[in-house]
Amino acid sequence: MKKTFTIIIFLIFQQLLNAAEVNIYSARKETLIKPLLDQFNRDTGIKVNLITGKADTFIKRLEIEGKNTPADILLTVDAARLVRAKEKDLFQEVISDALNKVIPNYFRDIDNHWFGLSLRSRVIIFSPDKVNKRELIDYLDLANSKWRGRICVRSSSNIYNQSLVASMIARHGINKIEIWASRLVENFARSPKGGDRDQIKAVAIGVCDIALVNNYYLAGMLESNQEYEMNAAKKVKLFWPDQNGHGAHVNISGAGVTKYAKNKEEAIQLLEYLVTDKAQQWYSDINYEYAVNPEIKNTTILGEWGAFKSDDLNLSLLGRYNRDAVLLMDRVGWK
Amino acid sequence: MIFKKFSESFCSLLKFSRLNLALILLALFFCIPIVIVCGSLFFPAKDIWPHLIDTVLTDYIFNSLVLLIGVGFFSLLLGVIPAWLVTMYQFPMSRYLEWAILLPMSMPAYIIAYSYTGVFDAAGPVQTIMRELTGWEYNDYWFPEVRSLGGAITMLSLVLYPYVYLLARASFIEQSICVLEVSRTLGCNAMDAFRRVALPLARPAIIVGLSLVLMETLADYGTVQYFGVSAFTTGIFRTWFGMDNSLVAAQLSAILLLFVAVFLYLERRSRKQLAFNHTSNRYSPLLKQKLKNSSAFFAFVICFAPLLFGFVLPASFLGQWAISTYSEALDINFYILLLNSLSLAFITALLALVIALFLGYSNRNSRLFINRFLVRFISLGYAIPGTVIAVGVLIPFAWFDNSLDEFLTLHFNFGSGLLISGTLFILIFAYLVRFLAVSINTVEAALGKIKLEMDEVAKTTGMSHVRIMRRIHVPIMRGSLLTALLLVFVDVLKELPATLILRPFNFNTLAVRTFELANEERLAEAAVPALAIVIAGIIPVIMISNSISRSRPGYE
Repeated sequence: MKKTFTIIIFLIFQQLLNAAEVNIYSARKETLIKPLLDQFNRDTGIKVNLITGKADTFIKRLEIEGKNTPADILLTVDAARLVRAKEKDLFQEVISDALNKVIPNYFRDIDNHWFGLSLRSRVIIFSPDKVNKRELIDYLDLANSKWRGRICVRSSSNIYNQSLVASMIARHGINKIEIWASRLVENFARSPKGGDRDQIKAVAIGVCDIALVNNYYLAGMLESNQEYEMNAAKKVKLFWPDQNGHGAHVNISGAGVTKYAKNKEEAIQLLEYLVTDKAQQWYSDINYEYAVNPEIKNTTILGEWGAFKSDDLNLSLLGRYNRDAVLLMDRVGWK
Repeated sequence: MIFKKFSESFCSLLKFSRLNLALILLALFFCIPIVIVCGSLFFPAKDIWPHLIDTVLTDYIFNSLVLLIGVGFFSLLLGVIPAWLVTMYQFPMSRYLEWAILLPMSMPAYIIAYSYTGVFDAAGPVQTIMRELTGWEYNDYWFPEVRSLGGAITMLSLVLYPYVYLLARASFIEQSICVLEVSRTLGCNAMDAFRRVALPLARPAIIVGLSLVLMETLADYGTVQYFGVSAFTTGIFRTWFGMDNSLVAAQLSAILLLFVAVFLYLERRSRKQLAFNHTSNRYSPLLKQKLKNSSAFFAFVICFAPLLFGFVLPASFLGQWAISTYSEALDINFYILLLNSLSLAFITALLALVIALFLGYSNRNSRLFINRFLVRFISLGYAIPGTVIAVGVLIPFAWFDNSLDEFLTLHFNFGSGLLISGTLFILIFAYLVRFLAVSINTVEAALGKIKLEMDEVAKTTGMSHVRIMRRIHVPIMRGSLLTALLLVFVDVLKELPATLILRPFNFNTLAVRTFELANEERLAEAAVPALAIVIAGIIPVIMISNSISRSRPGYE
């Protein structure tokens, strides 16, 4: 009796709340996405409900919740996780001219299950006091013994490293990359620890001479309101790897509409909103990421860094080789 | 005649059993997630195991063991000795230190890790100033590395030792001074009295504290991950996220649990032959001996050091950062976060206490093995990483929701959707699974003090059960009950991983906000919510301490 009562109450509630809304599971931190969602809400009147967390736990949650999941959109900060969600049949196809027009095809899923919304590149930063820019070439060169004890990079548990290694496996084959990775580990200045900003600081104070980091961390530090962060960032320089080859490794933050989305229309509307010029400009100005829309002009430090050649590897491959990358890094002792 | 007697006893057995059955079901309910985790062991997952064994498993086990031994050792050191000193002696500030030693408890491990790294890491202000003053380069000098296995041991010990302190002190306080006086007449000096009398008497309590510390250590992910230490939890999440194998991840947690269970079992067995009852019920007021000169100074230093490093320093680092960011951070959203955190913590703590009381009583009144076993089993939840618990909670509730939805759609043509999943209910349930160990342990310890004879005597005076509880049990246990309540309160306040996964839409807590900012390496901005957690935790911590001081029989 009591249960039926609660159910009825709940259903009434659900009806009442049936105003236009869209529910998001976001692996992107609240501060890095909420302002855009608020703007969307103001512009369209559609309410956005958000939970932030880790991509993998959201994937698990979507799997467990099945067809009754409340989530309409899964948003991640890495292509490999989008691919994984697709492989687990958690997304649905979205036909949208607006999305297809703006997003280059190698930044979206071949079956239109997920779409890249912003870009980040994993770059080399170096200490100009210790390293001549001409010594730097590409990712493969980091295995060269001249870098012995001079490289900082974070743990291989981190998805950005996994995706970088996955992209290298896709380009060069697993055997070559296994040898490369084991030499790279020998070149580490210290056992991996901390995040990307830590690696930048480590280069700044001379723990190591070069480091692998995502570009927006360096930009964020340069624009930081904390003086010591800014000072550290000013002591290092950015190098775009592999400009004479495949180009610098890029990854996306992206999203897809869940298979059982209850608010599919609103979800698509939101995705389309995120690739409008206004939103894309926001990614560049506030988050220091690159827009997926190549037309967008970068005004901040990104503009100063200039244009670079980015790797146009199909991002689905990052997902396909993710597991291989992790196993490989275990084998070579990349902690 | 015989028949009547037989039927009477049968009836009472039945009546008792019905209540007991309800309690067993209640206990089983909270076992579900743990059973799900352990159940993973029965599914084969061949391909990952050889890889793990060949590559990283030894590392995980070795590091976790070192972590356990290190944190266990230091927690005992920092917990037991100050507990003894503040109970038995008077020295400068001892009255304040008595409760202040508990303060590090309000500091989440990952936050102390972030703040120490921020200050003492190679890029932090201390080493930077050092380099500027001396002109040294980074490689010219040696400085202890914060982010290392040793660092992880230090950080975890500094925030976990209060569990040992709390229980050790409670136990020292309730020891009959007569026992100690007798030991002195038998020629024991102060040191011997501590080592040979007080310590063995306090052993059960200390072990309870220690096992909470060790379980918390095993479940920690934030600190070891940030410090780049490959511990068992790192392995669990790497297997799950990196290799996309949640089954093996659950198996790893299950193995961890087996390990904990065996440890607890062995400890209990080794204790079984020994009786720890207080032989005398005569208490005389504890006359604290006044320490002078150097011994007073040393006592002060010994008690102040853990407080200094576990609370004063990290809190002042946070305060320093917070000064530059608080004006932006303290908006209306911040107060919502605060309210969310406080109400979640309070509701959970209250529920945990009530449930622990039910289970504690069932254990006390029943000789049945099943009751004891279930209570022990539930306590294992404390050793499971929050993320793993969260999944163990999601699976059964989503299954229930989906089945109900299917049933209703089929028969009544309307669906209920996910009724429970995605509500605060399952978040609180997950907290309970994780933290019941704390309240159960505390309540059981308190119930242990009330001898069954007391109840029987009370019954002869015609008191009803309810009256016995109200007039006898509650007054005796008041201090412990408050402790149980507040311990869970502080734990929930700090909890992160389960909250991250299970919270409803648009619902955040202080811990979530702190984590998101700190994880982005924006320490200065993370400082305000972090400090709020600490401050919100301080008040209950002080209350715990006062309640214990007052718990000593004969306290006026």
